[in-house]
Amino acid sequence: MAVEIPEMSRRAPAAVPHGGGARAGRAGLAAMMALCVGVALTFLALPIVALFAEVPLGSVPDLLGDPVVRRALEVTARTNAVANGLILAFGTPLAYVLATRRFRGRALVVTLVELPLVLPPAVAGIGLLAAFGANGLFGDDLSKAGIFLPFSEWAVVLAVTFVASPFYIRQAIAAFEGVDPTLTAAARTLGAGPVRTFWRVSLPLAAAALVAGWVLAFARGVGEFGATIVFAGNVQGKTQTLTLAVYEQLDANFDVALAIGILLVVLSAAVLLTYKLIVSWRDST
Amino acid sequence: MERLDLAIVSALRTFELDVELSIGRETLALVGPSGAGKTTVLRAIAGLRRPDRGRIALGDRAWFDAKARVDLPPERRSVGLVFQEYALFPHLTVRANVAFGGATRVDELLERFGIGRLADVKPAHLSGGERQRVALARALARDPAVLLLDEPLAALDAHTRAVVRGELQDLLDELGLPSLLVTHDFSDAAALADRIGVVIDGRLRQLGSADELIERPADAFVVSLTGGNLLTGTARSLRGGGSEVALDAGGVVCSDERADGRVSVAVYPWEITVRPGNGATGAPNEIVAPIASLTPTGGRVRVRMGPLTAECASDDVERVGLRRGEPATASFAPADARLIAISA
Repeated sequence: MAVEIPEMSRRAPAAVPHGGGARAGRAGLAAMMALCVGVALTFLALPIVALFAEVPLGSVPDLLGDPVVRRALEVTARTNAVANGLILAFGTPLAYVLATRRFRGRALVVTLVELPLVLPPAVAGIGLLAAFGANGLFGDDLSKAGIFLPFSEWAVVLAVTFVASPFYIRQAIAAFEGVDPTLTAAARTLGAGPVRTFWRVSLPLAAAALVAGWVLAFARGVGEFGATIVFAGNVQGKTQTLTLAVYEQLDANFDVALAIGILLVVLSAAVLLTYKLIVSWRDST
Repeated sequence: MERLDLAIVSALRTFELDVELSIGRETLALVGPSGAGKTTVLRAIAGLRRPDRGRIALGDRAWFDAKARVDLPPERRSVGLVFQEYALFPHLTVRANVAFGGATRVDELLERFGIGRLADVKPAHLSGGERQRVALARALARDPAVLLLDEPLAALDAHTRAVVRGELQDLLDELGLPSLLVTHDFSDAAALADRIGVVIDGRLRQLGSADELIERPADAFVVSLTGGNLLTGTARSLRGGGSEVALDAGGVVCSDERADGRVSVAVYPWEITVRPGNGATGAPNEIVAPIASLTPTGGRVRVRMGPLTAECASDDVERVGLRRGEPATASFAPADARLIAISA
């Protein structure tokens, strides 16, 4: 018996009608798959490779030393630092409330929070202008108070905050929802009030997922372009971030634009890698 | 030491939980099928679930009083709650878990529960029995006035369970706190608790010691919960006292109790004598049936035959020669045949 079985299984394909056709079909499918994979990967990799190929790598440090780049780097760093601070400071409590409370209209609030994710950035910029611009909803009140937001560094901060916040908040809601409610209940019965329970139990248990979400928001913020150029304009040393500098340098000095591109590719890759490391580390603990 | 008094009503999914209890320096167990509302009682006492109506008080201090609009948050109620799966904080070491409840007695508690050598270990690396001890130590670190245990033994394997049950017994005696534990296992309740409350569909069906529940079960459910046999039939009281029950499955059972109409006859395994062979003598309460199974349980053997489960000493089974598949005769005294009216 033990000998017969392999023989039968070897005979089996021949017994299937059109067995040869099926085999040819499988080979065809494999070839088509390979082609698609090849085309897709080449297409995705080509711009990155071209970026590095078009500029001699040795001259990149010099190009990045250009005052335009330096100023853009400073604006980007400053505005993103403030924007990320705002996202963490306001987004974390918001996400915690949305994750732990059930109330009417919660789904609506969550959708509102997520909306910037799918909104065209230019529309976000127009919206910000309509709200905080000189002729906007709060423009009068703001200018009476001596505050003029559009085309200022604060406008960049608002644009980045608006566009990048959902990346963090969405992930943060999921992170807090993932904390076992029995653990927070246990903390309460052990004498911890809601505040201590948040700091000692909810936050540490959600921390890895929060950082993962923040990394994504950070990457989105650094890459911000559309909302910023509409709401904040493109003023060197004031509102010109790295991405806006790329845009401007396309005409002025293509090599500088390429060098900034290389800088941002390296930064983005580092961010993505960090994110993946955090996620895999979290899954393994 | 103060008493814990509670009388609460809380709407559950398909029925209403309505329970009244007064717990002194003792261990009280709530026993019942899962979903009966036992855990809801614990959560209500701990302040994790707000009852619809009623009052919960420790001594003269109200923790919850619907009328007076009192509802203390969990952190202001002096309870130690041991969760079913223990709910240890996974990101904290054993020491930090225990210290979460209160930092003053940590070393003493680690020592008391024999988990000192595990102080710097995270819960993921602990066995079930160790987790249970950490959970107990953590609950006691707060120096609670009431101890609540939710299925304290359910998460343990059979071997650990026996050991932990013994430890828990000693601990509860030593603490002398009002303690309330919830379990679906009557033998755990009988081993750990002074009094047992049987909860079904949100109501306290019967409250008493294990012996009382067995001697005078309030209803058929209590009988099956406590491991008794149930035989249904129609009773007819006799003029000389006692009753005769014509069993639905055939045969007649005599009882010293008086009853008429539909009844369940309750008889416990250890009250039944089994001898081999079809040796009916014509005495009352004899049932002849082949032995379906013989299951040894530590020095005793459970004999399943016909509608009955009997329990005999292992030595007796050997001596009289009971064998699986062979006919045997079971008999029990009319005094042990308790009658429980079946309400239509």
